[in-house]
Amino acid sequence: MDASLCVAWFEEAARLVHRDRDRLTRLDAEIGDGDHGTNLDRGLTEVRKALAESPPGSPAEVLTIAGTTLIRRVGGASGPLYGSVFRQMGKALQSPVTLAAFSAAFEEGVVAVERLGKAALGDKTMVDALAPASRALALAVRDGVGVREAVEQAARAAAEGAEATIPMRARKGRASYLGERSVGHMDPGAASSALFMEALATVAREAA
Amino acid sequence: MVGLVLVSHSAGLAAETAALARGIAGAQTPVAGAGGTQDGGLGTSTDLIEEAVRAVDQGDGVVLIPDLGSSVLSARLLEEEGRVVIADVPFVEGAISAAVAAGAGMPLADVLAAAEEARAFRKL
Repeated sequence: MDASLCVAWFEEAARLVHRDRDRLTRLDAEIGDGDHGTNLDRGLTEVRKALAESPPGSPAEVLTIAGTTLIRRVGGASGPLYGSVFRQMGKALQSPVTLAAFSAAFEEGVVAVERLGKAALGDKTMVDALAPASRALALAVRDGVGVREAVEQAARAAAEGAEATIPMRARKGRASYLGERSVGHMDPGAASSALFMEALATVAREAA
Repeated sequence: MVGLVLVSHSAGLAAETAALARGIAGAQTPVAGAGGTQDGGLGTSTDLIEEAVRAVDQGDGVVLIPDLGSSVLSARLLEEEGRVVIADVPFVEGAISAAVAAGAGMPLADVLAAAEEARAFRKL
């Protein structure tokens, strides 16, 4: 992976989040404060702007710029949460950026967000999409799977993880105040995390 | 003196709670509110929190008191061990206890402990 592919990842993620902005906001309106789509759309627009203003030289730099921008520009919880994932990934990413290096950095990013939000698998959060994606990447590295197939598997794992949040009872954030009434809705953070992984799969497919 | 930053989703809530805490602890107590987003909406801004930390930092440490959700997450990103610390306390009661301790010139650990006493404080 080079810097331009990493920029393309955020461009595609921004496009998907913009396309699905209303769906994310609707999911969030059901159990959260109803701003997830709008906040993340605005945050990723700022990320695109920041990446265009000072074109980064390496994937690590792209991730750091994206993370810092999300932390500074998104007023809701998704800013610090996604910001921590990407900033930590940027810090951890080893060069050259092989699938193994990317997978290791991604895992560190997921650990960072678990620590910040004190969330674990099953809490009905973005972790429920990101952790399975991270595991899929690690398994692909172990099995020597090619990049395209690996990120396809990660995207599928994230989408399934997001689906799996529907029957869960929320244990974090505003939705947790609803108790049993949070059951039956997909977590918006898990839904947007699945979009990030779908975006990665798309750019990997187009780059090949 | 130890500085206090009250981090809320609402600019009005943060500013008024800061004014209340200063009113009780003494006008010289360094308490600042950091509420809402930069465009004045409900939410949290790390830039506003950093600005507030700079404004109340007299070199003796700063205690951040967040309300909930993204306020807590944003505050946690700005923690610096031994210098900028979070008090996990009720927003109003914690702010007042911490401000009284800070205004009395107590050190960071004592201000934090005073804030935390507010969690067990019974009104009746």
